[in-house]
Amino acid sequence: MFQIRIHGRGGQGVVTGAEMLSIAAFEQGRHAQAFPSFGSERTGAPVVAFCRIADREIRLREPVMAPDALIIQDPTLLHQVDVFQGLQPEGYVLINSTRSFDELGVGEFVQRFRRERLCNVPASEIAQRHVGRPLPNAALLGGFAAISGLITLDAVAHAIRDKFSGKVAEGNVAAATEAFEYVTREMEELSHAQAD
Amino acid sequence: MLKQTEGSRAVAEAVALSRPEVICAYPISPQTHIVEALGELVKDGSLTPCEFINVESEFAAMSVAIGASAAGARAYTATASQGLLFMAEAVYNASGLGLPIVMTVANRAIGAPINIWNDHSDSMSQRDCGWIQLFAETNQEALDLHIQAFKLAEEMSLPVMVCMDGFILTHAYERVDMPTQAQVDAFLPPYVPRQVLDPAEPVSIGAMVGPEAFTEVRYLAHARQMRALERIPQIAAEFQAQFGRDSGGLLHTYRCDDAHTIVVALGSVLGTIKDTVDAMRDDGERIGVLGITSFRPFPLAAVREALVHAERVVVLEKSFSVGLGGILANDVRMAMSGTRRNGYTVIAGLGGRAITQASLQRIFTEAIADTLEPLTFLDMDWKVVERQLERERSGERTGPAAESILRDVGAVASRVS
Repeated sequence: MFQIRIHGRGGQGVVTGAEMLSIAAFEQGRHAQAFPSFGSERTGAPVVAFCRIADREIRLREPVMAPDALIIQDPTLLHQVDVFQGLQPEGYVLINSTRSFDELGVGEFVQRFRRERLCNVPASEIAQRHVGRPLPNAALLGGFAAISGLITLDAVAHAIRDKFSGKVAEGNVAAATEAFEYVTREMEELSHAQAD
Repeated sequence: MLKQTEGSRAVAEAVALSRPEVICAYPISPQTHIVEALGELVKDGSLTPCEFINVESEFAAMSVAIGASAAGARAYTATASQGLLFMAEAVYNASGLGLPIVMTVANRAIGAPINIWNDHSDSMSQRDCGWIQLFAETNQEALDLHIQAFKLAEEMSLPVMVCMDGFILTHAYERVDMPTQAQVDAFLPPYVPRQVLDPAEPVSIGAMVGPEAFTEVRYLAHARQMRALERIPQIAAEFQAQFGRDSGGLLHTYRCDDAHTIVVALGSVLGTIKDTVDAMRDDGERIGVLGITSFRPFPLAAVREALVHAERVVVLEKSFSVGLGGILANDVRMAMSGTRRNGYTVIAGLGGRAITQASLQRIFTEAIADTLEPLTFLDMDWKVVERQLERERSGERTGPAAESILRDVGAVASRVS
């Protein structure tokens, strides 16, 4: 079973992001479960959502406490919420930011993890260009497909079109595609740098 | 057809496939998405003929459902928490009048203190209201139980509550197999009311009954529930024949055959319990699970049969009878009366506290060692309790308890779980 935790703020589509991720996994024939951390949702307040992906029925209903992957939709949470809580040593981390891990103040911390599984992607800026609003969730799923290989970009596009329609859907698909390409490029550059 | 969808959406589609003719709706979290989705299906013409009535309160929702059902319509509504309490008088009337309304209860705690999260306090408060109460373990079962509920309600002329864990199921996206309209039509015949308000053949429904016959009328409701005890497994079998799924019935056993210890529970926590039991089985513990689907009528004989070979029984429940302890545990104890075995009650998940595999494994291990207290509260923070008790012992004006405890607990926004 692969467990993903998404951190963000009310209004950023955190819950929708987890739901779309589960739809993308379902689209690829996997079992998937997505659910929010329940509470009195308020715009701007920290929000957490979870997604589990497996090859058999998922019965477990506890929150994801030891994630295999983290998607951080808002980097200002890094020093407010213990977002890395329980992250597995082999885990993936995707942060929505134009800045580097060092600039975000987590450079030293992320050294504990495998560098090729960590990436920052300017998802809000990408979304702003394609959707007209800085809603990073769909773009981050594109980035997650690239960094993890767990889901395909096609499945992400399908999930986006399942949740949205018309221009909003197509804008988000374009954002996910650009983020996918961005992360793929970043990973290639990293692997070249590591090879050197 | 397999689809990945939200629990509320799946239930709304299953209700729509059951062709309700009147839906009365008043929103309260966490059931709101169900009636919203049904409202859309009525508005866009995909659920027709059906009247969707926005009412001014839960009391009105149940009152309109009573009127609609008495007029011969298949009636549906949904509620939760304080909403169920607010409709309580009409809830008793619906069952007392024998009207086969189906209602989803998206289980949620009851205040005070104010709490919007999941537990079973709401439907448990209506335990004795005369409605059949079925509990769903998964969204698939919630969907399936609604289709079965209309058939059961109408055959028994009794209302049915389908209880599903609020948020944990209603807001969870998971895989469900959505039946076709043709399948549901083949399973669920059109509603033929046993009593109907018809201007062509006028009758009155709802007579005043004095001491001369009140007991007899109440007994007949009990007799119908006892008949339901026979029909519920039959309907589950008919459902399996039509849809190919083992959903509903009175109860489900899991790895109980040679179990020395059996854990009894209701609803979605059964999934986490089963995963815990699998892990403990791998370590050689002989432990099993009994999930009760039909809480009312309570299947005393079937529960006894399922538990009679176990040495100990752990009842884990998301409800709490203040001044006594377990509610489900009390019923299980009644099923086991005259037998001798160790019984433990574990109160868990109140007001939305997460029930984790780690905590379950710890408590089950204590039960197996017979070191567990007869009444245990899973993951209770005793330090917080003791601090408040200490304040209260001081005898001064200690102020409201909930507020004091929140100050002790501190900010929770930075926590992940």
